[in-house]
Parts: sequence; C-alpha cells; structure tokens
Amino acid sequence: MGEDTDTRKINHSFLRDHSYVTEADIISTVEFNHTGELLATGDKGGRVVIFQREPESKNAPHSQGEYDVYSTFQSHEPEFDYLKSLEIEEKINKIKWLPQQNAAHSLLSTNDKTIKLWKITERDKRPEGYNLKDEEGKLKDLSTVTSLQVPVLKPMDLMVEVSPRRVFANGHTYHINSISVNSDCETYMSADDLRINLWHLAITDRSFNIVDIKPANMEDLTEVITASEFHPHHCNLFVYSSSKGSLRLCDMRAAALCDKHSKLFEEPEDPSNRSFFSRSSPPFWDLNMEARPIETYQVHDYLRSKLCSLYENDCIFDKFECAWNGSDSVIMTGAYNNFFRMFDRNTKRDVTLEASRESSKPRAVLKPRRVCVGGKRRRDDISVDSLDFTKKILHTAWHPAENIIAIAATNNLYIFQDKVNSEMH
Amino acid sequence: MFARGLKRKSPEDGEDMEGGLAGARATPSYSLQRQSLLDMSLVKLQLCHMLVEPNLCRSVLIANTVRQIQEEMSQDGTWRVVAPQAAGRAPLDRLVSTDILCRSVREQEGERPAPDVGDGHTADLVPGLAVVPSAQALRSPQSSLWEVDSSRENRGGFQKSLDQIFETLENKTSGSVEELFADVDSSYYDLDAVLTGMVGSTPSAHANRCLHPASPAASLVG
Repeated sequence: MGEDTDTRKINHSFLRDHSYVTEADIISTVEFNHTGELLATGDKGGRVVIFQREPESKNAPHSQGEYDVYSTFQSHEPEFDYLKSLEIEEKINKIKWLPQQNAAHSLLSTNDKTIKLWKITERDKRPEGYNLKDEEGKLKDLSTVTSLQVPVLKPMDLMVEVSPRRVFANGHTYHINSISVNSDCETYMSADDLRINLWHLAITDRSFNIVDIKPANMEDLTEVITASEFHPHHCNLFVYSSSKGSLRLCDMRAAALCDKHSKLFEEPEDPSNRSFFSRSSPPFWDLNMEARPIETYQVHDYLRSKLCSLYENDCIFDKFECAWNGSDSVIMTGAYNNFFRMFDRNTKRDVTLEASRESSKPRAVLKPRRVCVGGKRRRDDISVDSLDFTKKILHTAWHPAENIIAIAATNNLYIFQDKVNSEMH
Repeated sequence: MFARGLKRKSPEDGEDMEGGLAGARATPSYSLQRQSLLDMSLVKLQLCHMLVEPNLCRSVLIANTVRQIQEEMSQDGTWRVVAPQAAGRAPLDRLVSTDILCRSVREQEGERPAPDVGDGHTADLVPGLAVVPSAQALRSPQSSLWEVDSSRENRGGFQKSLDQIFETLENKTSGSVEELFADVDSSYYDLDAVLTGMVGSTPSAHANRCLHPASPAASLVG
C-alpha cells in the first residue's frame, strides 16, 4: 500500500518534469447544458471548467459564437477512507446539468463516491451608497453621517460565483459511473457497479436503492452496471446497461426494487462467431423490439486482429462514450489515435476524423482519416499497427441543437463546428 | 476473433457448424493463443488482487474470460492441470492456486509447442512461479491419471482464488495484502514494467505503451 502511493507520487513528478501530460489535467467528462450555451468539463484533478458560448456578433461574422472559459472551480478533493485504508480519487466521473429554472445554473458533479450539487450565479451589479458602511465595507463614524441615502445598484465587472449547495455522500459502496436527472426535476439517480440509488435533490441524508445486482455470493458475480439514464419524458422509466452489453428497461411503478426488468435488450450471441472478446459496437435498440438491435455500427472493426494485444495492454477495458446529435440522426464516439467517428443513421455513411493540434488549425476543415488493415493502402491512410493507443478519445459531447461537438483528447478540449452551419451565417 | 482467419477443418460426419468450430479450436495456433490468453488473465487477476482497490468491472471481465476459457477447455477435453510443484511450500499456496497451468492434449502427446510463444511467453510474464519445470512433468504418461484427480482440486483452488479476489473487493484488510507481499519476490514488481503500470491507479490512465506490431501471439492470427 505504501508502495502504491509512492508509485503514484513518482509518476506525477516524472510527468511534470518531462512536460508530459499532467495527470490532473486529463479531462474525464464533457457535457453541454440543455441550451448548449454552457459546456462543462471535469478532469482527473477534481476540477470543473465551464465554457460559455459568446453571443454571435453581427460585427464579427467570423466569430461564430465561440466558447470561452466562464468559470473554474474545484469540485472534489482527494479523500481518504480510514476504515478501508483507501484513497478516494477526486476525478470527476460525470457532470449533469439540471434544467434551468431561474437565473442561476445548477449542475451535479460526481467522483467515485460523492455527488455534489453546484449552483452557478452571475453577479454584475453591486449596491453602492450604504449609510453605515463606507466603500471598503468599514463601519462609518456615525457622527459624520448627516443625511440618509438610498443605496443604488451600480454595474460591475461580471463575476461568476459557484457555491456547493448539496453534498450527497455515503450512498455508494462501489464506484459511481453515472448520474441522471429525472424529468420531474426533483429527483436524480446515481449508479455504481452494482447498485442504483434514487435521490431527492433537496435531501442529502437519504437515498432509495432501486437496483441491486449484487449476488449473495460475490463469486457468482459476472456482470456489473456500466451506465444508467432516466427516460427524457417519463419520470418512472429508466434504463441501465451492463458489462455484458445488455440493456434493461425498468419501470419504477412496478416495484420498489427494480431488479426485474420490464424489458431486456440483449444481442444474442452468434455461436459461429464466438470469440473471447466482443468489442462493443454501439447497437441501436427499438424500445418495442427486444429481440435484436435495429442498427449496429462497427466502430473499432479495424482492431479485430489486435484484440489480444489490446487485452494485454489493458486498452480493451477502455470505455468509449457515445454522443448523439440533437435530432438523433448521427451518433458519434471516440477511438484511438485521437480519432473520433460519426455514423449517420439516415445515409448509413460514416466518417473518421482526428482531433490533434497538428492536423487542426483554427477554422481549418478536418480531413477525413482512414485506418487500413493491411491490403491496399492509400496515401494518407494510417495502418492499424501505427495507431497510438495512448491517445484515446473517451469523452465527447454534442450540442443539443446545433452541429457543434466537444472532443476531449487527454488534456485538450477541441470544439468543432459544422462548416455548413457557419457558412449560413 | 479466434475463429476468424483460421483455416477450418472440414466438418465431421453428420455435424455442421459445431464440427467445424471444434476443428478450428483444435488447431495448435488457436490453443496456443487461448493458452497465452489464460495466462495473461491469471496474471491480471493476480495483480488485481494486489491492488488496494481493484477496479470491479475490470476484475469481472477478466474473470469471465478465464471462466469462458476454462469452460471451453473442459468441453474440448484439454483442461489438464498440473499439480503445483510448490505444493510443499505452504506460504506460496495461495499464489500457486491461481497459477493453473493448462497444457493441451496435443502437447502431452509429444507435439512440440513453439517454445518462444507458449512456454517462453508465459515464463516471461510470470518469472517468479514454477512454470517451465512443471511442463516436463506432463511428458510422463502416468501423470495423466494423477492430473485428472488433482485437476478437480485445483479447479476448486482456481475457483477459490476467484472468490478470494471478489471477497477482497468487498472488504479489503491490510493484513491480507501484507501476507501476499511477504511471499512475493521482487520479480513481481517487474511485471509492472512488462504489463502496464496499473498499481494504485486505473489502467486506462497508465496505458502508456503503444501496441507492439511484432507481438507473437497477435501475429499468429494476423
């Protein structure tokens, strides 16, 4: 155990000295808010950075509403669990925005164990002309006060204030992997490897356990929960996915403990194609047709021959998130070598792009990339053997309404816009 | 993945897909790859065991892989277990029980396995354990009966070690970690250099090795 912490310390200083990526800066989650005006990122160091889209200016038509830093704050700190002798990582696993109900913005951020509700407010006015206090806030000598004045609000430089409103702690034994806000805007759920809890946003000392897949004997454990999400409109429905690639739709009206799913979506194993690894390709499910997915997209097809090596270097455990565009017609996910891929469900076409400083100057159009698996190789193709497996895009997000995407490549955030979009303006 | 790229033998009489698949599985390259996969998985599980807080999802996936290989090998009839040479040395008992060495039936019959892929590969991965010498024991014909008996208890040992790993995930006490460390010789720390440096942190953050295009296991299937 002592060795563990030492190794971690050594790694950190080594990284800093050699100008490698500082581990704390690695982006671990990306999320647009419901209007797309704000974009939040969380990193391994427990920080949250919020970007705000500048309003488009007619005077500068080239400034197509770019994103600038709006606020930065430390959401989570590393903790130590004394009972188990465990260090709890401060890495932000997920951020979810609450629907905006007043001038303030709110978001939930979570690390492995604790969820926090943050309120983000703006202050651009300041009251001046107090009777009892002077400009610096010091009490005035009352003998100098000869008349009364009404304090007035004067404009000031915009200040963004972030304050923690709730801390939802001690709800999870295992590592939290997802949170989802209910459409009722009153409750939300948090999922760890084996359990899902339902919280009320105003109550921090209690949560309801709604899914528990922990077996009586841990030796019987063969699958874990990987993600869960509420239905966008029906506040009683939610879905959760497992490591075996199945999805379970649950109805909270059916029972208090939603262990029995209402519907199970599982891709049947093709016995002729069995392998030890089934590299997940995102399947699309029709909620009413459970037998097979209606669409399947092979994301990492070119890696089939490399699965053994990917297992050896642990890359096979990388979890790539998917993002949809606003109209659900395109799905996007990240890949290795700082590539990311988009699949158009209507045209059935896909494109592979790269997010890197070298290949993307500001406002340059991204060139489609191709990974070749032996055989004929075109000039700009990348061979599957030269893919850099340390450069992985695990987290991406799509603006809810426009074709703007946010790509997290290790410690860098790339924001790309659709060229067509900007030409129209 | 294993079925692809391998030449399938012609189906047996009266069987269609299953015969073909069984044929594909029996080829030496497939069983060698399966073997190296099993060894890799056991080492990973062992390293999980050594972590202060193992990643549950990862441990489950690796354990599933091992179970699947175990099932397949039992079906093939190739599940042969070598009783640990180090049975006399009690402190290493727990370690050795997770190190179950399976050799295919073909190897027993004298077909020479490619040493730099099979045994050598394993030996590189697990320097501290008695891997290579026990392969010799397989050659003696009488040992097969002995192995069938001991296989049962070693399978139990294997299951036991999986249980141990999951128990520790629940309830990690520093005592058990110390015990393990007391027995392991320093070569185990070299494993961190060979595999990715996962001690004390999540694997994905430390996968700082590029793929080796010349990795022998991968090149077999291509």
